[in-house]
Amino acid sequence: MIHARVLGDALRECLSEDPRVVIMGEDIADPYGGAFKVTKGLSTEFPDRVRTTPISEAGITGTAAGLALSGYRPVVEVMFGDFLTLTFDQIVNHITKYPSMSAGQATCPVIVRTPMGGGRGYGPTHSQSLEKYFLGIPHLRVLAASTLQDPLEMFRTLLDEDDAALVIEHKLLYPRQHPEDLGALIVRRPIGESGFPTVRISAVPAGDCSLTIAAYGHTAVMVAQLVDRLAVEEEIFVELVVPTQISPLDWQPIEESVSTTGALLTVEEGTRGWSWGSEVAARIHHSCFSALRAPVEVLASASDIIPSARQLEDRMLVGVSDIEGAIRRSA
Amino acid sequence: MTYLVTISDAELFELAGADLRVDALARTAELRLLGSPAETVDERRYRQMFGIRRFEQTLLDLFDEGLLSGTTHCCIGQEADAVGVIEHLRPDDHVFSNHRCHGHYLARTGDARGLLAEIMGRADGVCAGVGGSQHLSTPGFTSNGVLGGTVANAAGIAMAAQLAHSDAISVVFVGDGALGEGIVYETLNLAGLWQLPLLVVCENNGWAQSTPQRDNLSGSIEDRFQAFGFPVRSVATTDVRVVADIAGQEVAATRGAGPRALVIETYRLCHHSKNDDNRPEEEVAARWEQEPLSVHEGRVGGPARSRIEQEVELAIAELVTEFREDGS
Repeated sequence: MIHARVLGDALRECLSEDPRVVIMGEDIADPYGGAFKVTKGLSTEFPDRVRTTPISEAGITGTAAGLALSGYRPVVEVMFGDFLTLTFDQIVNHITKYPSMSAGQATCPVIVRTPMGGGRGYGPTHSQSLEKYFLGIPHLRVLAASTLQDPLEMFRTLLDEDDAALVIEHKLLYPRQHPEDLGALIVRRPIGESGFPTVRISAVPAGDCSLTIAAYGHTAVMVAQLVDRLAVEEEIFVELVVPTQISPLDWQPIEESVSTTGALLTVEEGTRGWSWGSEVAARIHHSCFSALRAPVEVLASASDIIPSARQLEDRMLVGVSDIEGAIRRSA
Repeated sequence: MTYLVTISDAELFELAGADLRVDALARTAELRLLGSPAETVDERRYRQMFGIRRFEQTLLDLFDEGLLSGTTHCCIGQEADAVGVIEHLRPDDHVFSNHRCHGHYLARTGDARGLLAEIMGRADGVCAGVGGSQHLSTPGFTSNGVLGGTVANAAGIAMAAQLAHSDAISVVFVGDGALGEGIVYETLNLAGLWQLPLLVVCENNGWAQSTPQRDNLSGSIEDRFQAFGFPVRSVATTDVRVVADIAGQEVAATRGAGPRALVIETYRLCHHSKNDDNRPEEEVAARWEQEPLSVHEGRVGGPARSRIEQEVELAIAELVTEFREDGS
């Protein structure tokens, strides 16, 4: 089954299991079923609780906040991650503040899901990976879905908790087969403090790897394929560590891996600087200083807007060859 | 006589019929500020407005003394709105307020102790001192100091009532200044479209912080709501009876139905926050002639008025004395 369908089925399951779940978003109702078809069929099955909305990201997110304050579990679909900027005030000054500034009397567990990412030639305002602006917001969980994780497990865990969450998806993963075929690779999925799994992938036992790569979402899927190819073709052994929750982060799996491999490369599709990788590097330089053979390498896209022309976009975004080059330098 | 009634969250949640998380904090309803069914409606309204007025004047005094820190936004002159609207609400209705929320909170809860403790930064404050003057939260009441977004939050609470097939309503107080925020119009559109039981009460005091309405508002306030299909009532008054009569009709009409707007033209007699009033003195002085207490006081007999005023003064003085001693 493709990733978009797996996500949609997970949401359907949540709607069936939990009468508090309400899904809102632009163009999500049938027959259209959302810009990326994730919610296809849901409004027919649950007409009261799956609502297509006007083009009002702030208004929808703010309304979801009120629902959440009243005990409902709203899930907001923001059509493109780029439009998250319009929800920023609600997330920073309303949704994540009500529980903390009421000293725990209120809960406001809004889930916002949105597709990030380029590679489709959609240009500067429909291709970005803007999650770095949401990392570190107090009382917000930021999660990255991919074909390496089970979205139903992720949504169920979120529905069991009372925290607000931003779930980022990736356009390029929607049509991809789910789960990812990892062949003979060794895969572990320990659940960390966050309550979510960190996926650890390698071709050989971690003790025989010479580099740790931390990545999430579509980037992690790209790296997973490299892990296999470089092992088979060139006997370069790396361990890929893929957190489900990227902020706050479960440090233990990354630190454990780096302690063994002695080197770390982080990869993300967002623009370089002040990023997820920067924070990971800062932490690991302190916590694993004695284990590191070399400084942590942080790989991200160019600090620029995303051009529409495909060849310009390819040059700007982090791609397989960039990652492969960084692995060869570090492993 | 017992004046203080302690209401646990559990009881309040039960009253509100809401399935929300309960914690150990207890609210205290100060009956000397809230009134009782034993007194006349006019007496109770006078008591509540006088209580809000004296509470806020006391706050300003405590600021001057240096006992309070941070900032605060008083509603002196606008008390009739809070009292006249909120008296019609049930425990399962919800009130969303803004930075200027003390009057709304006191009219809703009577919790002078929790509010003063909150503003003084005490652990026994309604939000344990975290929220402070403009971020209050208790079952049936929420306020936030960022303007406009609260209208969307209130619409969500109305949507929750609609989904639960309840006839509870959601009331949001906004000032005319907040009408500059874009999310307000996104929400009016949504609330109209989905016919949410939302009553928007616009307290139009003519000034957005220091900017007069002529410099920040185009068109008419009423037209804004009408454009989204809201029935709109508009009244220019500081008379609590007039506010209460209209608000009673509006609250009833919102139950189990769609959104409405009530625009009350009023006036803020105090600073926006503290020491930041640059309005013409003669304009403010003229408005003191129509302030809500003097408009209403003739309807309460002299002895009753004295008794009410003494009880309110004593209730506030007791709190201040207690907190002063705790702090010394």
